[in-house]
Amino acid sequence: MRGREDEWTGLMRSAMAGDDAAYHRLLKAVTPVLRAAARRGLARAGQPPDQAEDIVQEILLAVHLKRHTWDSEAPFAPWLFAIARNKLIDALRRRGRRIFVNIDDFAETLPGEAPQETASAGEVAAQLDTLPQRQRDVLQSIAVEAASIKDTAAKFSMSEGAVRVALHRGLAALTAKLRDH
Amino acid sequence: MDTDQLIRSLAADNAHRAPRVGAVLTMALLVAAPLSILVFATFLGVRPDVMSAMRNPFFDMKFAVTLSLAIPAIIVSLHLSRPEALLHGWGWLLLLPVGLLAVAIGGEMMMAPAMPMTMRMMGKNSRVCLVAIPAMSLPLLAGALFGLRHGAPSRPALAGALAGLVSAGLAATLYASHCTDDSPLFVATWYTIATALVTAIGAAIGSRVLRY
Repeated sequence: MRGREDEWTGLMRSAMAGDDAAYHRLLKAVTPVLRAAARRGLARAGQPPDQAEDIVQEILLAVHLKRHTWDSEAPFAPWLFAIARNKLIDALRRRGRRIFVNIDDFAETLPGEAPQETASAGEVAAQLDTLPQRQRDVLQSIAVEAASIKDTAAKFSMSEGAVRVALHRGLAALTAKLRDH
Repeated sequence: MDTDQLIRSLAADNAHRAPRVGAVLTMALLVAAPLSILVFATFLGVRPDVMSAMRNPFFDMKFAVTLSLAIPAIIVSLHLSRPEALLHGWGWLLLLPVGLLAVAIGGEMMMAPAMPMTMRMMGKNSRVCLVAIPAMSLPLLAGALFGLRHGAPSRPALAGALAGLVSAGLAATLYASHCTDDSPLFVATWYTIATALVTAIGAAIGSRVLRY
């Protein structure tokens, strides 16, 4: 457990220093842990676990947009779990339940628990359709079609800077819509 | 969009760098301050006898009290803008102005009073105080909330209340240079009521706008 969390902290430091690949690896590494915790939280609230993926995606978006609040001298896991807990409580409250979410839900992943493969997540996809055309095109291209920023820029006759701006604004708008809907 | 695809788009946005919360809060307060100063200059202004008032320690004490509210409130609000932060020991910082006021009231008690206690407490400006501090707070409160929105507070209402304390502390600092009531009893009564009002407004707005 300790080793895993130290590894996360190292990856996040590299990510903040500009290493996109380290950031990608970090997000992939934390996702199963977040997913298991979300499923547990839903189960405890008597909710079907198939909504876990929506919650995981909301947590990942919040992690991304608030990563400037992480102190690079501090360990990464407590910061991550605080955001995850906040988003899980929010999600359960929106579904009409008040529930006490235990921080240990995030810290401990039971070894017997098979990591669920990516399930369908409807909320992000649904909100994606409400974004302005340009942001949606850029997000589709980079996320779904796995195009680089450079290729996306060429495809839509945009500058790379404009693609970066549209990508960031699209992610921020998605987060705001998920929070407020 | 499945989660792997979302992660791909987040990684592609890694180059985007957001400023620190402290920088955004500072900028927002600097943008808001001229509005509050405009309200001050238009309706209040510095008291005419300010030069002689500065020789009165109780006049100076008002600024010590208001700044000892505003500055720790800024520090605590920045601490709480981190998602994993807890109030814990940090709350004690907010008692600094209370302690200063207690010392000042004690000091005034030991001096030969020029006026009876109730008159010093009621003063001449209580109504102006109750309107002016909240009015000058509002632009600063908007600025503080804007700045803290950049953070990720786990308790939005508490963070909003701190934005209220920040703005009330700064507005009260301006107001203190206008008001001719220097008794710490006046400050402890009316400044506190005005601050509590602004803090409640901050908490109410914060609980809505400071969720992340």
